[in-house]
Amino acid sequence: MSDAASQGRSILKASQVTRQFGGLVAVREVDFEIPEGAIVSLIGPNGAGKTTFFNVVAGIIEPTAGAVEFRGQRVIARPQRGWLEPVLWFLPSVVVEAVGISVELAIGHSEQGAAIATGIAFALLVAMLLMASIRSDVYRRLLTRTGIFRSARPNDMVRAGLGRTFQNIRLFKNMTAEENILVGMHSRLRATPVDALFATPRQRAEEERARKRASELLALVGLTGREDELAKNLPYGDQRRLELARALASEPALLLLDEPTAGMNPHETDELTALIARLRRDLGLTILLIEHDMRVVMGISDRVTVLDHGERIAEGTPEEVRRDPRVIEAYLGAPAA
Amino acid sequence: MTGLSARRLPLLDRLRAASSSHRSISSIVTMALITALLPIIATIPPFSGFNPQSVWVNSFADAGVYVLLALGLNIVVGLAGLLDLGYAAFFAIGAYTYAYGASPFSGNDFPFWGMLLVGAFVAAMFGLLLGAPTLRLRGDYLAIVTLGFGEIVPTVFLNADRYTKGTNGISGVYLPSLPGYQFTFTDPWPFYITMAVIVTVAIIAIFRLQESRLGRAWMAIREDELAATSNGVNAVSTKLLAFALGASTAGLGGVFVASKLAFVSPDQFGFTVSFTVLAMVVLGGMGNIWGVAAGAFIVWEILTVILKQLNAVLAGTPLSGIDFLQYQYLLYGLALVAMMLLRPEGLFPSARRRRELHAAEEAEEPAAPTGALEGAGQ
Repeated sequence: MSDAASQGRSILKASQVTRQFGGLVAVREVDFEIPEGAIVSLIGPNGAGKTTFFNVVAGIIEPTAGAVEFRGQRVIARPQRGWLEPVLWFLPSVVVEAVGISVELAIGHSEQGAAIATGIAFALLVAMLLMASIRSDVYRRLLTRTGIFRSARPNDMVRAGLGRTFQNIRLFKNMTAEENILVGMHSRLRATPVDALFATPRQRAEEERARKRASELLALVGLTGREDELAKNLPYGDQRRLELARALASEPALLLLDEPTAGMNPHETDELTALIARLRRDLGLTILLIEHDMRVVMGISDRVTVLDHGERIAEGTPEEVRRDPRVIEAYLGAPAA
Repeated sequence: MTGLSARRLPLLDRLRAASSSHRSISSIVTMALITALLPIIATIPPFSGFNPQSVWVNSFADAGVYVLLALGLNIVVGLAGLLDLGYAAFFAIGAYTYAYGASPFSGNDFPFWGMLLVGAFVAAMFGLLLGAPTLRLRGDYLAIVTLGFGEIVPTVFLNADRYTKGTNGISGVYLPSLPGYQFTFTDPWPFYITMAVIVTVAIIAIFRLQESRLGRAWMAIREDELAATSNGVNAVSTKLLAFALGASTAGLGGVFVASKLAFVSPDQFGFTVSFTVLAMVVLGGMGNIWGVAAGAFIVWEILTVILKQLNAVLAGTPLSGIDFLQYQYLLYGLALVAMMLLRPEGLFPSARRRRELHAAEEAEEPAAPTGALEGAGQ
């Protein structure tokens, strides 16, 4: 199983990723590759930089150095020519305004020139805003064309096919289970606010499909019929499973699970482990797992990477990692000299 | 939760289901009923003693403006969770837009009905412009920036007197007209009906937005912005749309007010307006569309009609020496304090918020063992 998985192309490739918080280097020059279709685990003692690495990959924090490629695209790295972005925004308006004022100065006393120029400058700014916020794909293309590189935001990563859960469950507590999942589908739904205003048939059909899909996802994680329950009223284990269903709702190709079994009893842990294995098999997902429970890690991982003090100290099959002296040292301390 | 649904009457259940599947129709019917009943209620004692019917109808039309403002602010504060203390700015922008579009001052005479859309659009654009620099801010900081914007806009209208006639304001703004019919100052009914139609359209629109992809994104941002963006919600466009749509609703109110009073001046749009509308939203029940509308209506009527009439009502009693008009903001403040202490979810809370604020009382089934949750976070 592990051989077949490691033969394939890699879905995610991090090279020399470093993240520094002030004087603390949380992640140091980590190279990391996830083969398509594999279950890869990231382990390490507390404070080893696992979650920081996760957050870099998910687009939540920018790396200090290094880059991440996702599905063959370089998506995360230090921004390039970032200073050009404000120029892009304001230059047209400033030019129009300058022309307006100089025309007015040349002609003399009328105030028409400046007033019209101000109007046009204003309209240009608004147009830019509208494009950047509503047609973000067009805006990104414009940035690429001008040689500006902007690291992907979390929502860009979701759109590209990355789903995640959080170490300390972050559900939308005052929304129902169904609504939580519908938010998870956000990037896959097409209806615009205008569609919603006029309740177009397209929008209504899409909503109906989405609700049906939400019920299916709830059933998949074992929460059949709990659609209308507020997320915060669900028992702890169910909250974890709901978060998993919400992550699946975005139809990810790569799923990042941050300690999915934390706080669960052995029985729940086994169930969830089986579910994760099934997700890979049935949905063809690639999974990156942070986990402390070695039973889970050794049971389902194809590859295991070990971080300690922000550095990668070992990488290999579960068996190899288990025997690696440096891993043993990181967990148990160095043997007395 | 289960106990709650079992206790509910089947008939009520069926009504509820019907009204949510035909929400637009039920909104229209409800608004039509309210619009028809209000003037009748105004002729019944004790209300008939306060004012003649036409004065009441006039005040209903004015209240409608605030209902509209509260509905718009509810999008920003109640749904998206962005505290906006400068909301009156968009009201002002809508009003001045109409004053430019239809007054002797500007020399233009565009029809009111088109200007409604233009006013909403212009206000929405300013909503975007205010929203853009505040995207990274939240909570207190956002409130202060919006407060600043709310102060800047009337000040600009005040000081740019070449364009706005400054403190004198723009007068003689044209009243609306329909083909073959001219609105007049003396007849409040056409304004009342117009306002009822605008409010109905706004309510339907906001219901539809709230239950759409965008509405869920607003709520997700309010609940947990990081989790929302990590689930594919674009926080930038979602927040900007909240500001823009909230502002456009205020713009509608502004156009209406300018046409009804035939006059705009900067002092109509001070901080008191922003603050009153926010109080209306909170009192009515943040997040609940009907609740917010009712809250705005009630607060407006109490502030402008009931408190004024307390003097008349209490004439002849030992309290008649007190001029209640002077105390209207004191009473209003007391009411706010009492409300927040006794009923923090507002008069007509949304089902969601009621559950949120009274979770402790009704939690039969304890949620997560929080100890385990915190422990897992390490």
